[in-house]
Amino acid sequence: MRRWSRVLRTPVGIAGVTMLGLVLLLAVLAPLVWGDHADAVDTDNLLAGPSGQHWIGTDNLGRDLLFRVLVATRLSVALALLATAIGTTLGLLLGVAPLLLGRRVGRLVVAVVNILVAFPGLLLVLFFAVVFGVGTRGAVLAVGVAIAPGFARLVQTFVAGIAERDFVAAARIAGVSRLRIVVRHVLPNIAEPLIVNATITAGGVLLSFAGLSFLGLGVQPPSYDWGRLMQEGLSGIYIHPLAALAPGIAVILAGLAFNLTGEAIAGAFGVSTVTGTADPLPHVPAGETPEGRAAHEGTVRDDLVLDVRDLAVSFPGGVRPVRGVSFGIAAGEALGVVGESGSGKSLTALSIARLVEEPGRVDARRLTFCGTDLLEQADHDELLGTSLAVVFQDPMTSFNPVMRIGTQLAEVGRHHQGLSRRSALARAVDRLAAVRVRDPERRARQYPHEFSGGMRQRAMIGMGLMGSPRLIIADEPTTALDVTVQSQVLELLQGVRREQNAALLLISHDVSVVADVCGRVLVMYAGRIVEDLPTDALRTDARHPYTRALVAAVPDMATALDAPLATIPGQPVDPAHVPAGCAFAARCPIANDRCRTEEPVLRDDGTGHRVACWHTAEEVELLSIGTAGGLDTPSPRGSGYSTTDDGSGYSTTGDGSGYSTTGDGSGYSTTGDGSGYSTTGDGSGYSTTGDGSAGRVASASERIETKAPGEEVAR
Amino acid sequence: MTTLTPAAAPIRPAPRTRGIPGGRWTRFVVRRTGRLLVSLWVLVTASFLMIHLVPGDPVRAALGLTAPPDLVAAKRKALGLEDPLLTQYLHYVGHLFRGDLGESIQSQLAVSDTISQRLPATASLALLAFAVAVAVAIPLGVAVAVATRRGRRRRTELTFAGTSVVLGSIPDFLVGVALVAVLAVNLGWFPVAGRSGATSYVLPVIALAIGPAAVLARIVRVEMLSVLDTDYIRTARAKRLPSLRINLRHALPNAVTATLTLGGMLLASMVAGTVLVENVFAWPGLGSTIVQSITTKDYPMVQGTVLVYGVIVLVVNTLVDVALALIDPRSTIGDS
Repeated sequence: MRRWSRVLRTPVGIAGVTMLGLVLLLAVLAPLVWGDHADAVDTDNLLAGPSGQHWIGTDNLGRDLLFRVLVATRLSVALALLATAIGTTLGLLLGVAPLLLGRRVGRLVVAVVNILVAFPGLLLVLFFAVVFGVGTRGAVLAVGVAIAPGFARLVQTFVAGIAERDFVAAARIAGVSRLRIVVRHVLPNIAEPLIVNATITAGGVLLSFAGLSFLGLGVQPPSYDWGRLMQEGLSGIYIHPLAALAPGIAVILAGLAFNLTGEAIAGAFGVSTVTGTADPLPHVPAGETPEGRAAHEGTVRDDLVLDVRDLAVSFPGGVRPVRGVSFGIAAGEALGVVGESGSGKSLTALSIARLVEEPGRVDARRLTFCGTDLLEQADHDELLGTSLAVVFQDPMTSFNPVMRIGTQLAEVGRHHQGLSRRSALARAVDRLAAVRVRDPERRARQYPHEFSGGMRQRAMIGMGLMGSPRLIIADEPTTALDVTVQSQVLELLQGVRREQNAALLLISHDVSVVADVCGRVLVMYAGRIVEDLPTDALRTDARHPYTRALVAAVPDMATALDAPLATIPGQPVDPAHVPAGCAFAARCPIANDRCRTEEPVLRDDGTGHRVACWHTAEEVELLSIGTAGGLDTPSPRGSGYSTTDDGSGYSTTGDGSGYSTTGDGSGYSTTGDGSGYSTTGDGSGYSTTGDGSAGRVASASERIETKAPGEEVAR
Repeated sequence: MTTLTPAAAPIRPAPRTRGIPGGRWTRFVVRRTGRLLVSLWVLVTASFLMIHLVPGDPVRAALGLTAPPDLVAAKRKALGLEDPLLTQYLHYVGHLFRGDLGESIQSQLAVSDTISQRLPATASLALLAFAVAVAVAIPLGVAVAVATRRGRRRRTELTFAGTSVVLGSIPDFLVGVALVAVLAVNLGWFPVAGRSGATSYVLPVIALAIGPAAVLARIVRVEMLSVLDTDYIRTARAKRLPSLRINLRHALPNAVTATLTLGGMLLASMVAGTVLVENVFAWPGLGSTIVQSITTKDYPMVQGTVLVYGVIVLVVNTLVDVALALIDPRSTIGDS
């Protein structure tokens, strides 16, 4: 019942319930109190305007209009409620009929309802008004019958939702009769939405009924409702407009009372759609992070296609998914970025491409692309449109479904290269051929839904090749593709990089993908680079415990097929609550007090290998890579962590003993979901900002991603 | 998918325009036409049965209690009410195919003549109102969506939401009465009633269009907002297209799919809405006719007008479905 009280806590709810209470009160009391006044004939004041005696004037018999409008409340509301009752009852019967009467009859009922709802309500009302006869009784029946199909459709929808549920199926298998299933199992579960909709329906019925009476087909004299009063008022509108307007206003207010109440109940019962209020952004000046100061201060390498210093992305509420990232990419270089989801890697890519939208905010001390300062408030569209190619994760959703592939490619040429429509399209076809799409002429004329996932990703790369890209940002380009297509797309990216001498920024949660393609890899954790190392060194010389854990979690040919997958204990950091000190400390087997209080600086060892860890290489070396054991980690959440790639559903239920795979072998067929994972992702604050990109990074139930091709084998 | 076609495969025929595979498209048209025909049959049957569902003798009711019995009997015979029901039905349907809707009991005129004389007034009103509603709603919805995206300009958003809810929930005939009272009676800017010249259209069109425009604008806004957050709009932004092109060429067609579905329903309900609005403005269209003939129990006329309204609605619904399939090749053509 708490939800009912919630109705009264919203302004809409208060307004609706108050108005509805007043309307109902008037319906009961007005005829008792003012009934005589409303019928009193005042021959001295026929069709009079507003006066002290008659506040809104009189009708053609000199009867006071205010009293008549008030008294008419009872008939108007009562008839509306009666018609609603008839209509909803009929609708309910029609709605559950498919469930009660079995398949064949049910389909017929559904078909009839479908035909009837195609007609506007007013047409049905008029039809039934003829059948049931002109007058109050006929009008009530007509309106009632006319709203039944719409309500029946609603009931059918709700019933269909509930009939699929397990408990209904169970009841059916148990041999419970259809009637009993409907009464005991289905109706109680759909009662709430039905009541809400009936309330809103009543508001509509009130208006329809007024319309019918207004047409002279409803309430007949000497009775009167609001519609009737309006009709009488309209004939005298030249002399006395208020006579027609006043009952109209009454109708609107009463209708609104029902509608608002219904909406408020619906709102209180449904999911709240109110978004959080915007908090002022905590602005962290660039350069104040340890990483920024440690980065090669001042040295500007002119061979860099992209130079990023102290990049930070923040969202309202103090959420900073990217907290000071510095790196550069040279022409022709392939740089990988790995990390769990929520580590800020995708957001880093988006902010480089200048695609982070409000309320997200990007700050950096330096952000240059091809020598151009992207932080300057200038129009970089042509540069970014032709020299930066972005390949997104999901090729299925990244093309506009209602535009031809060729047109989508050609746009770049049209807008940034000044090509004519024809030559832009010709180039698009040429580019499709360049990414080895067969029969490019025909393909260019097709819509995205006619392309397979791998083909779309090729086309997406081809789109990037419309210009002459200096940098290709590929954000999980193969995650949504199956394994065989993955390697083709990666090869294509490699080929393009070599041919164009373009730089490649490859973002992946898959260490092995990055290791295959890139020469250097950035390891990100909690919005920060924790290690920057050559991919050759990943297996031999990784100096951050997190990098080691990531690498260890990748099964290789030597991994026993029956061994459960290795995992990283604990869970990723919630970007809304980044702990003090090293963000990885809580999951790190060798963390000490300093790690938990003081944030390590990303330091260059002189060879370009950067690590942010307080421990010496020798200390980390004790964590032997790729072998089990040795890491007795106190996992903050106990057991139940899991490693999965998106959607594959793998997980290992361990016992909190570290990276080692001490599960019982059966562990990874069942997910350890009650482990408290779900408590992290949401509530982070910035998933409510409505920012699609942020939402994706911080997707609910933040999982540790250490996906590798070997998993296919493991299955 | 066809991407795995080996290179040696025979060259496929040139793709059809619109890129819709012929088989599915044909099946869709057939299915949709079938539904239209079934609905039309239901409509015709309902309109036929109406006169038989009326309590008592419809002719006696139409001519009044004082009419001489022989006149009533003659009229009943003329209407064919003495024949077996099936004969009457076949007769009715047969005449329909020849465009014969019978004869008015009251005026003795052919129902089809009265309808063809009055239909233009109603159709022009409904179409004009629909055009106005769409022309106002789509730019407004798009503009508000773009302006209030991501929690910007909260006040604009609230004003828009409030106003559109209120305007959308006021029935058209009440708007009509208010417009007449203020703009015609008080200010005298427009004619109070009747159909004479362009100015006489202004108030009825506004009365009909304002509610649907408000509802439609809300839908457009919501659809636009969800489309603007999609991956493919991000792709378009990554291409650095001008924002006008992103909003209008990339986002709008995707937002308009749902809008059009609702717009079609609105057009259908607008056709019905003319009944009330015509009575407010004494508009010489079908709406006035239907109410008048219900009141005077002129059943052949009621049958005819209900039939015409129904057919218009069904045809509009079908056209909307077809238009939807053309705009968005994915939608509706799927098997359902």
